[in-house]
Amino acid sequence: MMLTANQLSVRLGRRMILKDLSFSAMAGHVTAIVGPSGAGKSTLLAALTGDIDYSGSVTLDKRDLAKASAAELADLRAVLPQATPMSFPFTVLEVVRMGRLRRANDDRIAAEALARVGLVGFAGRFYQELSGGEQQRVQLARVLVQVWEPVGPKGPRWLFLDEPVSSLDIGHQLQVMQIIQQFAAQGGGVVMVMHDLNLTSMCADSVILMAGGTLLHQGGSQETLRNDLLSRAYGCRIAVNRTPETGVFLLPQVAMAAD
Amino acid sequence: MVDQTAPVVLAGDRSVTARHLTWVLLVLLGASAIAGLAIGAAGTSLWRALSDLLHGHDLSLRDRVVLLDIRMPRVVMGCMVGAALAVSGAVLQGLFRNPLADPGIVGVSAGASLGAVSAIVLGAALPFAGTFATWLVPVAAFVGAWITTILLYRVATRRGQTSVATMLLAGIALTALAMALTGILVYMADDAQLRDFTFWSMGSLAGSSWSKITIAGPIIIVPLLLSPLLATGLNGLSLGEAAAGHIGIPVQRLKASAVLIVAAATGAAVAVSGGIGFVGIVVPHLLRLASGPDHRYLLVNSALLGAALLVLADLISRVVIAPSELPIGIVTAVIGAPFFLWILLRQRGIVDL
Repeated sequence: MMLTANQLSVRLGRRMILKDLSFSAMAGHVTAIVGPSGAGKSTLLAALTGDIDYSGSVTLDKRDLAKASAAELADLRAVLPQATPMSFPFTVLEVVRMGRLRRANDDRIAAEALARVGLVGFAGRFYQELSGGEQQRVQLARVLVQVWEPVGPKGPRWLFLDEPVSSLDIGHQLQVMQIIQQFAAQGGGVVMVMHDLNLTSMCADSVILMAGGTLLHQGGSQETLRNDLLSRAYGCRIAVNRTPETGVFLLPQVAMAAD
Repeated sequence: MVDQTAPVVLAGDRSVTARHLTWVLLVLLGASAIAGLAIGAAGTSLWRALSDLLHGHDLSLRDRVVLLDIRMPRVVMGCMVGAALAVSGAVLQGLFRNPLADPGIVGVSAGASLGAVSAIVLGAALPFAGTFATWLVPVAAFVGAWITTILLYRVATRRGQTSVATMLLAGIALTALAMALTGILVYMADDAQLRDFTFWSMGSLAGSSWSKITIAGPIIIVPLLLSPLLATGLNGLSLGEAAAGHIGIPVQRLKASAVLIVAAATGAAVAVSGGIGFVGIVVPHLLRLASGPDHRYLLVNSALLGAALLVLADLISRVVIAPSELPIGIVTAVIGAPFFLWILLRQRGIVDL
């Protein structure tokens, strides 16, 4: 029921990008990976999804990921990249259907997934003609139909998301965060790279704070998003839960509450 | 939750259009084949021959030779070569995730030519050449195309993303290299080999015969029949290599099979017909405009349209300056090259990737 990384290291040429990371993520939880740019967040996600070579081991429910076939893994987990440029003029529906490659196609599920990401009426549009944020939500719909039931016959299914909300406006950010939380609440596992610390603290059950290719801390958001840890990771003074004296500020936490 | 009862027909589903298109293309191919049989420089009429047969007369020797031994193998060869080039184009474009990849443009055809010429010039020195001489040329062309395609992929694709600029530039370099090596071989050739080479390089279907078809046919038809197995994989590959793997596609195996299929089909087509350009780029592009890029339909429809277009192009090459003939490569280039430029003009963005 969990994803475990043990002594995970990644080397690109002579440079160590990740050094001896060990952590675990539970199914039924949302696990967020945060840290400054260049900390190795995306590299870590790429290693967890098998896109790059690593030393050490990654196991998903005791299955060694390095030894599993693409087909086997596709039944267990779906991966959302930061951005997905596509080469041919596929329609939105055709893109979403690709998530069902290994399973019987069901356009009802595709329609439902598009509705969930707020793209009703987009099925016939060309993917290339959409904005970056809309494309990202189409890809999220594709990823969702792949792991449509958060718990499958072989146990919990997993979502690996690389900055799922970075190109979205605040309304859609909240919508996507709700989808992710719902997936975990129904028993699925979520591991995502996040930039936005507010959204992370709202949604994540477990936060992995990285800096310089190492793991600084893993724990609940209260415990991890602390002044000392954040200041160390980001290399600047950070104070959480303090309101500014002047100026306008906006927190997604409150946007949600005003609903 | 999802309503289980309501039937869903969503916008953006082009599979029905694509399947209808398959029937239209079958009719087009049938019509082109009949035209290819009926029209020609000799005064033989298909209709008179058919009515002769219906009335129980024997065909005159002349009609039989013209219809069965000249026009028919030519139509069959046109179908095979056209289908091979169009499907190779579609598969190559799917593999490179780019609509500009065409066996002729990115150097695969040049590699095949080099292979074929090597077989003509150096083949005589091989101990078993006598027995396998007829097989040697298409097989060598296949090997040449295979090596070129692998090289091209290695150069143009880094970490699962293809750079279009690198792909086109590598294509130019590979073509230049293959042509230079071909040139060296031509200088080394003796008179008889030079004669073989000259006939081969004319790039036409004029020399089509049943014996050539039995040799090249299997190397073209087997990959064509296998190509639909690549369809869902190529669809997934348009998401990028990593994402294709994540939806369950065995990417390495897919790429290796796609390269083999392209090399076999292009190699054999080039071996029997010389270089015929632009079929591989025009046909898939038109079909994508008509019914979308889904390879499950695109590959089949490309085979049909490619076959029909090449039979028609061959017909044009036979009748424009009858009783003499234009090389078919000129006909396809006159139609195809402006089309290629038109794609570039319309989609300037695709080269800047």
